[in-house]
Amino acid sequence: MSTMESSLAMAQKPLPSVSKVPKAVSPARAALRQFMKSPSGVAGAILLLLLLAGTALGPWLYPVDPLDIVGLPFAAPAADAPLGTDYLGRDVLAGLIYGGRATLTVGAVAALITIVIGVTVGALAGFFGGWVDALLVKIAEFFQVLPPLLFAMVLVTLFGPKLSTITLAIGAVSWTSAARLTRAEFMRLRDLDFIKASRAAGAGSLHLILRVVLPNALPPIIVSATLAIGTAILFEGGLSFLGLGDPNTMSWGLMIGQNRNYVLDAWWAVTFPGAAIFLAVLAVSLVGDGVNDAVNPRLRRR
Amino acid sequence: MALLTHLFGKLANAVALLLAVLVMNFCLIHLAPGDPVQVIAGEMGGASPEVIAALRAKYGLDHSLLEQMFTYLGKVAHGDFGYSYYFNQPVLGLILQRLPATLYLAAASLVVAVLIGTVLGVISARRPNGLLSHGVTVLALAGHAAPIFWTGLLLLLLFGSVWPILPVNGMTDVVNPKTGFAYAADVAKHLVLPSITLGLVFVAQYSRLARVNMIDVLSADYIRTARAKGLPERVVLVKHALRNTLIPIVTVVGLQFGNLFAGAVLVETVYSWPGMGRLVFDSILRRDYPTLMGVLFFSAVMVIAANILTDLVYRLIDPRIRAGAR
Repeated sequence: MSTMESSLAMAQKPLPSVSKVPKAVSPARAALRQFMKSPSGVAGAILLLLLLAGTALGPWLYPVDPLDIVGLPFAAPAADAPLGTDYLGRDVLAGLIYGGRATLTVGAVAALITIVIGVTVGALAGFFGGWVDALLVKIAEFFQVLPPLLFAMVLVTLFGPKLSTITLAIGAVSWTSAARLTRAEFMRLRDLDFIKASRAAGAGSLHLILRVVLPNALPPIIVSATLAIGTAILFEGGLSFLGLGDPNTMSWGLMIGQNRNYVLDAWWAVTFPGAAIFLAVLAVSLVGDGVNDAVNPRLRRR
Repeated sequence: MALLTHLFGKLANAVALLLAVLVMNFCLIHLAPGDPVQVIAGEMGGASPEVIAALRAKYGLDHSLLEQMFTYLGKVAHGDFGYSYYFNQPVLGLILQRLPATLYLAAASLVVAVLIGTVLGVISARRPNGLLSHGVTVLALAGHAAPIFWTGLLLLLLFGSVWPILPVNGMTDVVNPKTGFAYAADVAKHLVLPSITLGLVFVAQYSRLARVNMIDVLSADYIRTARAKGLPERVVLVKHALRNTLIPIVTVVGLQFGNLFAGAVLVETVYSWPGMGRLVFDSILRRDYPTLMGVLFFSAVMVIAANILTDLVYRLIDPRIRAGAR
């Protein structure tokens, strides 16, 4: 039917008018379509959705408090505790469900902080150049000299192991790569003709940065944001593993950290939360690869 | 001469950066909630007001902040990084005592990572769409996603209980101490699992990097020339292609020293390796701030040293940089 209509239209109007270009596909939709073509990206997205659904719906399907003592310590996986119990006799499956909420939230929020700081610093440095750039690059260099995990450990030790401190610390130490990337993009775009035209038309700096340059610099920033989530999840795990987790909030890292000395007595108490972290980071990096293919078609990985 | 000027500039920059790290260290300790003296007193299990006043005078906390900072910087200039109240000895000595173990671990892990990474990358570059190549890509993704402490614990589980052929704890055999050559062999045996655990994290990146570069290099004209001359494939790969593939890897290795060090903290904690990582772990547990700050400073020193070294090596491998001005 539609083919007939279109062919009819063609017959009536043999010369397509210049003003009637094919309906433009929005860039977001085009990117989504491209993303769906990447098998690894789709696999990552499905895995990520499963993990999110598990932590969101888990409490209804499996209503056990992760901090409650439900049985003997080190009970092997069995009917009443499908994934066994930990060194205090707490349910490992319940820990996975509730711990996932904390871990994934920390990952997402810390990545957001990372990107906001990184993009702000990078945009200012790249857009203004000159002494602003020199100063911001020096600050970034200072942060790059300190191993991020170590720096985060010091911050959390000093300001106390709370979920909020941990999230802030992760964001505060890992923004440099996002900043470097944004700076490079802004420097590349800054002198292009359409930016110059905008500037000549009287656009202010803030308007230029936010409305003109940033949207064009967005693709690589989005990719690095996806990757930042994975890094932040690994960070939370590492900090908790070293005893810097929030002891009042169950998280995957905390489960591993608290049970690591008993790995020979109860492998399940560390293996499952570790596998959860592994799957989450894997999912996020697969999605990141897919997003990369979708938004940077020219820079597709070989 | 140009190299010397270049090096001098780098060193001046390094000194400025380290000074900034020290100032930040100082500020962090004073920004942290809680009076440092109260913390110290707390660690000692409580103290009377007189003792607290004495501590305040001893640590110079009765002076203004600016004065305190200059005192602190002056002390550091003389190699005094404070006193660990948990280990009960000067921080500097403590760090120097632990540094070699961490450097062994870091060096061994780098060898593991570069060797496995390059080999995997080169193998997969030869047939970029082959099954093996896809396998390497999957492996690289998995290696990146696996938390280092988890891999460590799984290997510990495997070799600690299922298949006990390798030591999983410490750096030497405590029960039967060895000397001379046997001692070195003993350390090497204890080093196997920690260095594999730490190295695996970086294999992923290096193999990906080696693969991409190798594909690039293999399509270059000079490789075609080498093949046309009738050189055996092995010579083309190793002598001609690999050299140019290694340059970006060296750069990344140097720039990643900080991550390597942070990874060592986790790995040393898993295997009770007596290096700086263990030291960090213990000082976190005891809230031993002077030690923690000392380690942070030393890790900055090592990262900067690694960066300068990378820069030098890079100049040695790549003649283009040696010839032209930076």
